[in-house]
Amino acid sequence: MYGLQEINKEYNRRGDAVVAFRCDRLEIGAGEYVAVVGPSGSGKTTLLSLLGGMLSPTRGKVWLDGQSLYDLSVAERTRIRRQRMGFVFQSFNLIPYLTALENVQLPLVLTGLPATEQCRRATALLDRFGLHGRLGHKPNELSVGQQQRVALARTLVNDPRIILADEPTGNLDPTNRQLVLEILDESCRSGRTVVMVTHDPEAARHAHRQLRLCDGAVSEILVRNSTTKSGDAA
Amino acid sequence: MGLRSLIWKELRERPWSLATSGLAILLGVASLVAIRHVTVASEGEVSRQLATLGANILILPKDATLENYYAADQNGGTLPEEHVSEVFLAGLTGVEKVSPKLCVPAELQGQSVTLAGILPQTEFRTKAAWQTVALFSAKPHTGCKKAKCAITANDALPESLATNRTIETLGETETVIGADVADRSGLKLGTKVTLLGETFEVLAILPRTGTVDDSRVFAHLHTVQRLAGMGEVVSAIEVMGCCEDAAGDLVPEIRKLLPDAKVVTISQVVQTQVGVNRLMANTSWFVLVVLTLVGGVSLAGAISANVRERRREIGTLMALGATPGFVARLFLIKALVLGLVGGISGCLIGLALALWLGPHWAAVEIVPLPQLMVASACAACALALVSAYWPARTAARLDPCICFREV
Repeated sequence: MYGLQEINKEYNRRGDAVVAFRCDRLEIGAGEYVAVVGPSGSGKTTLLSLLGGMLSPTRGKVWLDGQSLYDLSVAERTRIRRQRMGFVFQSFNLIPYLTALENVQLPLVLTGLPATEQCRRATALLDRFGLHGRLGHKPNELSVGQQQRVALARTLVNDPRIILADEPTGNLDPTNRQLVLEILDESCRSGRTVVMVTHDPEAARHAHRQLRLCDGAVSEILVRNSTTKSGDAA
Repeated sequence: MGLRSLIWKELRERPWSLATSGLAILLGVASLVAIRHVTVASEGEVSRQLATLGANILILPKDATLENYYAADQNGGTLPEEHVSEVFLAGLTGVEKVSPKLCVPAELQGQSVTLAGILPQTEFRTKAAWQTVALFSAKPHTGCKKAKCAITANDALPESLATNRTIETLGETETVIGADVADRSGLKLGTKVTLLGETFEVLAILPRTGTVDDSRVFAHLHTVQRLAGMGEVVSAIEVMGCCEDAAGDLVPEIRKLLPDAKVVTISQVVQTQVGVNRLMANTSWFVLVVLTLVGGVSLAGAISANVRERRREIGTLMALGATPGFVARLFLIKALVLGLVGGISGCLIGLALALWLGPHWAAVEIVPLPQLMVASACAACALALVSAYWPARTAARLDPCICFREV
């Protein structure tokens, strides 16, 4: 699925180059559930952006199913995101002026699906997440947990093969956190690849692998029941 | 759901933002449409009046001022009446009619009016026959473009004074009343009125012309001269040429003939009004430029602010697979909607303003100009698109990673 090869991402801050993320080699297999942990500013979101085709590395290659992601045009990367990726955000990033149903329809709008089919698929997913009575509600009329469920429905509505989640449980109470983690577990069980950035050790334990980042480098890889010190191994 | 409904829902969410963004365009288009309507109507009215007045030449006392054509024949100075005879005895080419006029102040039923003494055309013909001078068979004007002063059946009516500037017959104790005077005094045909101590019978009431003739009272020239005690003098002599070319050629000849008089054509006299119209036309274009700048900058600012406050939403859309083109269209179509709404509303408000202000400001009736309105609405849309281009481009180039940040 993913292969990161001699990646280096630098930012320029007041004339000084700051390394946001570096990695000699990292692979994420299809259907794998990976948690990315580490302190703030350690490069977790940079890694997620690199995997999402939204942030080109300063050096190195990001491979996705044998294609060098950043050798593709912006339009092609956008198409890959639209067809194969789903994003989960810590603050849900729901569009405030759209209803729950319309928010879930949004990825389907971008694929050009007919309105009736958009509506059918979005309604089915919201029903599955227990939001059948909230279809016409706007985000500010929903509880925090309901908002995250709407966001998860939006992530899954176009049936992505890859889910990139940025602290999906960060703003949730224990009940909703558990619900979100169950949905991600279920997504992984159904063959999707999940990469989840999290500060929550309990959430990270749901993953097959944990990548610990420190100062932009992968310092430790924790596989269920084993630990590897490295930054260059899968 | 599609792009259009996405734009519509966002617009509905922020109606005040919509109103303020479109307001500058609306005001701009409304002002332009109103000013242009009044200007075009005013220009049309001047052209119509010029056409009505025809290829006329005005002979005035040397010291007469020409700031106002209509006031030029009552500025106090006079000319000897014999100049009238000199003009038609000269047998000048292209002269169709000669109309002397003496204007004096008078009172009619307690109202101040201008009493204009005029000479009926029948007297000219009698005089010409008596003096064996063939005035109306003077040398024809070669290549004449429009002989508009030929006598028709309608010219025999006293009401034709309003359009022809001459009257066929007028008795020494008859009077013709302007429309405003008739309205104010309630005079009817055949009524007896007293002017300068003499009793006159109302021969005709002129139709409304929109000129100072509406507030004048006309009587026989020789009666007015006698009552005013001014002797055989006139305030002005109007010479009707057969066409514009003839009028142009006649001016130097009459100047040569009457060196102590001022000789001008009507088009020269109305130059001031034409200049005012030109100024209004130029002003309307200046207003267009200013409002284009103000409206454009205002809309560009509003769309830029909209892009700034929606950065996270744009990043999220891009993460979900929106192309830069989709994002740019989101803002360009929104701007187009604002331009269209502002443009159409501005056209309607501008037209309503013009219909209301036209008769008050410029004393002209406004006729809607569909082409101007369509052009204004199109210009508003184009302006909106141009104004939104850079903010839309900025939005399309936003870093999609912004979706991960707390903005």
